[in-house]
Amino acid sequence: MATTFSLVCVLLAVAPLFLIFFYTLFQGISAINLDFFLQMPKPVGETGGGMANALAGTGILIGLGALFGLPIGIMSGIYLAEYGNNPFASTVRFLSDVLSGVPSIVVGVVAYIIVVLPMKHFSALAGGVALGILMIPTVTRTTEEMIRLVPHYYREAGLALGIPQWKTTLRIILPTALKGITTGILLALARAAGETAPLLFTALGNRFWSTSIGQPIASLTVFIFDYAKAPFEDWNRQAWAAALVLIALIFLLNLIFRVVTRGRYTER
Amino acid sequence: MKPLITQHVKHEPINSFSAVDKLDVKITAQNVNAYFGKTRALKDVSLAFPSRRVVAIIGPSGCGKSTFLRCVNRMHEVAGGTMTGDIMLDGENIQAYDPVLLRRRVGMVFQKPNPFPTMSIFDNVAAGLRLNGMRDRRVLAETVERSLRRAALWDEVKDSLQKSGTSISGGQQQRLCIARALAVDPEVLLMDEPASALDPISTAKIEELIYQLKENYTIVIVTHNMQQAARVSDRTAFFYLGELIEYDETKKMFTTPEKKQTEEYITGRFG
Repeated sequence: MATTFSLVCVLLAVAPLFLIFFYTLFQGISAINLDFFLQMPKPVGETGGGMANALAGTGILIGLGALFGLPIGIMSGIYLAEYGNNPFASTVRFLSDVLSGVPSIVVGVVAYIIVVLPMKHFSALAGGVALGILMIPTVTRTTEEMIRLVPHYYREAGLALGIPQWKTTLRIILPTALKGITTGILLALARAAGETAPLLFTALGNRFWSTSIGQPIASLTVFIFDYAKAPFEDWNRQAWAAALVLIALIFLLNLIFRVVTRGRYTER
Repeated sequence: MKPLITQHVKHEPINSFSAVDKLDVKITAQNVNAYFGKTRALKDVSLAFPSRRVVAIIGPSGCGKSTFLRCVNRMHEVAGGTMTGDIMLDGENIQAYDPVLLRRRVGMVFQKPNPFPTMSIFDNVAAGLRLNGMRDRRVLAETVERSLRRAALWDEVKDSLQKSGTSISGGQQQRLCIARALAVDPEVLLMDEPASALDPISTAKIEELIYQLKENYTIVIVTHNMQQAARVSDRTAFFYLGELIEYDETKKMFTTPEKKQTEEYITGRFG
């Protein structure tokens, strides 16, 4: 009885994923062709064209976000796990949890204030900062949890060999926890890739090709946002197609990290 | 259940140095007390370890034997312990040492085999040197081979040095850990129940190994296994409730111990 109930719940839990995937596939597949990946958006009124700029933009934005977010997140996680038995660390831990609950549009406002206003224009940099801030709490907490899961006897073994504590942490504990940490990083990247709100008034969007981090830049999510609300049927189809590409990208990201982190030494 | 030793007799200080005064002394401990928070884990322990001999520390669980072992390379600090009294290594106080440097001279093998899971057999043995800055491939390769030979593991793993350190059997893993400890060239080897997680055949191999290693190293082994203490050690120390009760030649300890508590523990009447 309980088993049946759990099974039903499991099916209900995974059903939305399949619904989203298949509906997006159904709606978007017709607009997907090679041009869609390689061409630039056509001027208003013309049909066809693609979203090459948005694809590149999303890549750049995630890269920038990772550049800001991952080092801070990982180092904070290490700090909390290794030296985190004091009131300061408890406060950091609490604030990190609060940050992970802050709506992403608010994070966008913060990036707007600290990057866009001083620069006086929208930029990929501002979008990257926003995404980076969004990545920090996830990465911090996963890193901390995963390092704490490493059995204490590995740390003892390292220290007993006369290896300084910081080296024991970086060269022995961190690699042992790497698989879990990578999963956290992946989650953070995937979340960042799907963010729209914080990009609207930071990276803004761009109908032209741009890879400059000082200029507004296109992204898949903002592309979807713009095209989905446009009154042209062709654009709407392209929005579906872009959504499909985004889902596929996130899925691919998952897959790549799985394979990479499988590693040489997993047999136990 | 009523404990067999009901009142704790205050015994006269034992002359723990006389047992070793004919030999070079490697380590002396004087009035060592250890604390974890408010708990006093060791009470005025004084004894000396002779150079290139095996000393076994026996006693019931919680008697402080592991704590004492950890004080010798200051690993008790990792678990938040503190210590008073003096432990001297070759006449130098270990409190004056950088613990990192001390641990290169005083190696440790733990109860549970703990090879680093992300490293190969080779990398495990090389870890101590490599993480302390040794880059020379030839030196590393030579050290790994020598250490594995000394740990009596070379013949079994020489063709699979690149396999994971956790892919071999438990007994082999423990010898790998011994090789890893030997690779940084320590003078003293502390072993905390090194065979208690192993099967009898692996245990016999470890004991055989300890017998060979004492040619070059001063060894202190904590064990729950009385027969093991009798087999491998030259001297035996009996700890009870954080105190050193008796310390003497192993033969004497196991045939004619002076203290009643020692006799009762060794004959298996408590503990």
